Amino acid sequence: MALTGIQIYKLLPKTNCGECGVPTCLAFAMSLAAAKAELAACPYVSEEAKAELADASAPPIRVVEIGTGERKLKIGGETVLFRHEKTFINPTGIAVLVTDEMSDEDVAGRLERFKTLEYERVGLTLRADLFAVKSLSGDAGKFEALVTKVKSQTDGGIILMTEDPGVMEAGLKACADRKPLIFAATKENAEPMAALAKEHGCPLAVKGDGLDEVSELTTKLTEGGLNDLVIDSGARTIRKAFEDQVFIRRGALLKKYKPLGFPTIALPCEMTDDFMQETLIASMFVAKYGGIVVLSDIQGHSLFPLLLARMNVYTDPQRPMATSPGIYEIGGPNEDSPVLVTSNFSLTYFIVSGEIEASRVPAWLIIVDTEGLSVLTAWAAGKFVGDVVGISLKKSGILDKVRHKKVVIPGYAAAISGDLEEELGDWEVLVGPRESAHIPAYLKEWKVG
Amino acid sequence: MAFEIPKILYNGAIKENPLGKESNRITVGGETCYPFHLFEGNMPHPPKIAMEVYDATPEDWAQAALDPFTDVVHDPAAWAQKCVASYGAEMIALQLASTDPNAQNTTAEQAVETTKKVAAAIEVPLIVWGCCNVEKDTEVLKRIAEECTGENLILGPVEEDTHKALGAAAIAYQHTIAASTPIDINLAKQLNILLGNLGVPDERILVDPTVTGLGYGLEYCYSVMERDRMAALTQEDERLQFPIVCNLAKDVWKVKEAKLSDEDAPLLGDPTKRGVLLEAMTALLFLLAGGDILIMRHPDAIQLVRGFINDLMGS
Ligand code: SF4
Repeated sequence: MALTGIQIYKLLPKTNCGECGVPTCLAFAMSLAAAKAELAACPYVSEEAKAELADASAPPIRVVEIGTGERKLKIGGETVLFRHEKTFINPTGIAVLVTDEMSDEDVAGRLERFKTLEYERVGLTLRADLFAVKSLSGDAGKFEALVTKVKSQTDGGIILMTEDPGVMEAGLKACADRKPLIFAATKENAEPMAALAKEHGCPLAVKGDGLDEVSELTTKLTEGGLNDLVIDSGARTIRKAFEDQVFIRRGALLKKYKPLGFPTIALPCEMTDDFMQETLIASMFVAKYGGIVVLSDIQGHSLFPLLLARMNVYTDPQRPMATSPGIYEIGGPNEDSPVLVTSNFSLTYFIVSGEIEASRVPAWLIIVDTEGLSVLTAWAAGKFVGDVVGISLKKSGILDKVRHKKVVIPGYAAAISGDLEEELGDWEVLVGPRESAHIPAYLKEWKVG
Repeated sequence: MAFEIPKILYNGAIKENPLGKESNRITVGGETCYPFHLFEGNMPHPPKIAMEVYDATPEDWAQAALDPFTDVVHDPAAWAQKCVASYGAEMIALQLASTDPNAQNTTAEQAVETTKKVAAAIEVPLIVWGCCNVEKDTEVLKRIAEECTGENLILGPVEEDTHKALGAAAIAYQHTIAASTPIDINLAKQLNILLGNLGVPDERILVDPTVTGLGYGLEYCYSVMERDRMAALTQEDERLQFPIVCNLAKDVWKVKEAKLSDEDAPLLGDPTKRGVLLEAMTALLFLLAGGDILIMRHPDAIQLVRGFINDLMGS
C-alpha cells in the first residue's frame, strides 16, 4: 500500500532545509505521496527511511527480468485480476523445454523451430521467449554442454532447471552473463541455490509443495536479500494449478500478502503427455495469471494459436486496436479490380481482408483512419462520413490505380453515399453488404463495366 | 504463518435454465461463483458443448473440419445423429446458414422441415440458429417456433430488432431464446430487460454476447463475459444473471489461418491440429470467462475441451 503524505513526513528529517526544491519537508512528503517527486531529491533522508519508503511503494507483484539485451523478458508487475479493469502488463513468457537426455536431433529441432516460428501481426512480432534447459541425468558436464549449445544458438532467455546446486553451478558457469532464471530453490536446497543466485545476480524460482511452503521459502529468501523471485506452487493437476494461480494473484493484490507478491511459472509440460492438451493448458495460464509457461515442444500449429491467445489477453482493453490507414492489395489486384473501403478498426480490417481473400477476387482495400473505431461507431461519431472517406480515398492514390470509377462502401455506411459521390465528383458509390461474411458473394457478382 | 485464501463474497447467482424436451431435460447455469472458482462457490451444472449441424452442405469449409462429417454433410438429421452417436454430443446446434438471402435464400418452409427432421432424429436439446438477417430470421424462426411446439428449442439469435416477434413466439410456443447483442454488456442488459417486460420467463432466456475467434477480437468478447459475470455475481445485477451461450465455431473456422494448407503456410504447422487448437483454445478462453454452452464443430476440439471441463471440475 502506498503511504500517505503524513506517513512519509514522519520518515523525513523535518529540518525544512529546502534543498529538495520545495520549502518544507511536509511539502516534499506531499509531492512524494502524489508521485510528483523522487525521494533522491532529498540528500538527508536516512537509510532506514529509504528502505521503508521503497518497501511501501513497491508494486504488489514484483517485476522480474530474465535475460539480457533486446530479448530481455519482464514478468510480473500485474495490478488487477481482470483484464477489463486495467491492461495486463507483462505478457506470459513462453518457454520450450530441452533436456540433456534428448537426442541431438530433438534439441536441434526445437532450436530451429524457436528461431523460425515468428509471426507478424498488427505490427507486432509474435514468438516464443525462452529455453528451459533441464538436467535429467544429473551430470554437470552434460548440462553445461547443453546450456552452452543453447546459448550459442539463440538470443532467447534461458531457464536452468535442476534441483542439484552442483549441476546448477555448471549451468551458470556457461550462461550467467545471460541472466538466466534459476529453477528451482526448494526446501532442501534453498541455501546453496540462494547463494548461486546472489553470486551471479540471477532471478531465482521457488518451488514448494503448496503455497504455505512457498511462502516460507520466499520469506526466508527475501530476508536474505533476494527479491527477484518466481513462484512454482508445485501443483501439477489442472484444477489445483488453476486455483493456485488465482490464490497467488489474489493474495498479492487483495491482501498485499508479500510472500506471494511474485510472478509465477507454470509447467504444462509436467501436467500431461498429450501435446494438444498441453498447449491448451498453457493458454489457461496465459489468461489466468501465469508469468511463464514451460512447454515440452513448440510446433507451428501449437505456438501460433497460443501466441494469438497471449496477444488477445494482453491487449489494452481501453484502446481499440488500429490498422494503419492506406491501400491494401489483396490477391494481386489490377486496374480493373474492385475498390472497397472500410474503417481501421483492426478487427474490421482482419475480417474484411480475410473475406476478400476467401472470395479469390483480387481487390483493393482502402483503410480510412477512424481512430480504431468500427464502421458503425465511426459513422455515428462523424469519422466515417462522406468528405472524410472521400479525402482519404483521394490521398491514398487509389484514384490513379484503377481505370473504373467505382468504390464499394460498407452496408452500414449506406447513408454516406450521397456525400461521398459529391466529394469524389464523377465516381459511382456502390453500397456493399452489411455483414462481411457476404463479401465473397458480393465480389463474385461485381463487374467492372 | 499459514496463507489464508482471499475469497470473494458473492451476492448473486446465475439462473438455472432447463433445456430440451421434457423427456430429456438438461440444465445449464446455476453458478454461484466465477468460472471454476470452486473453492468459494458452486457450478451445479458443468458447461455443455453443442455440436454444429448445417442445413445445407457447407461449401467453403476447411478440409480439417469437413473430414469427420463427409458421410453426413448432405443430411442434417444424419449429421445430428452422428454427432450424438459417435461423438457423444450433449446438444445439437442447427445452423440455418442457407436461409441467408445472400446465400441460397432457402425458404421458411424448408427450414421448418429441416428443423423437424433434426429434432425427430435426436433426444438431446436442439439449438436453432438463424442467418443473422433481421427480416429473414424473424420470418424463419417464428415459423419454426410455431411448428415445433413442445420441443423447447433454443432459438437464436434474438436481437433487439427481432425480440418482440420472436419473444412473443417463444412465450406462445414455449421455447428458449438466445438474446443476442453485439459485444456490449449494457446492450445485453437492455435486451434482457426488454424480454422480461415482454413476459419471457427468466428460465427461457440465454445470453449470446456475440463471440469471435482467437486473434480476431476475442478479447472484447472475453472481457464482456467477465464483466457480465462480475455484475451478475457480485453486484446483484439481476438482469445479467443468465447462462451464456457462445456460438464460436463458425467464426473460428472462417478465418484464413484456419483454412490455409501446410504448403501455403509452412510456419503454421499441421492444418488439422492448428484448426483444432484454434477452436479448442477459443472455447477454453470463453469457458474461463463464463460460457455455459459452447457451440463447437471439430470432434477433436470438443474432446479436448470436454476433458478440460472435467479436469477443472474434478478434485
Ligand atoms: S531536502 Fe529533505 S530535509 Fe530538506 S526540506 Fe527537503 S525533505 Fe526536508
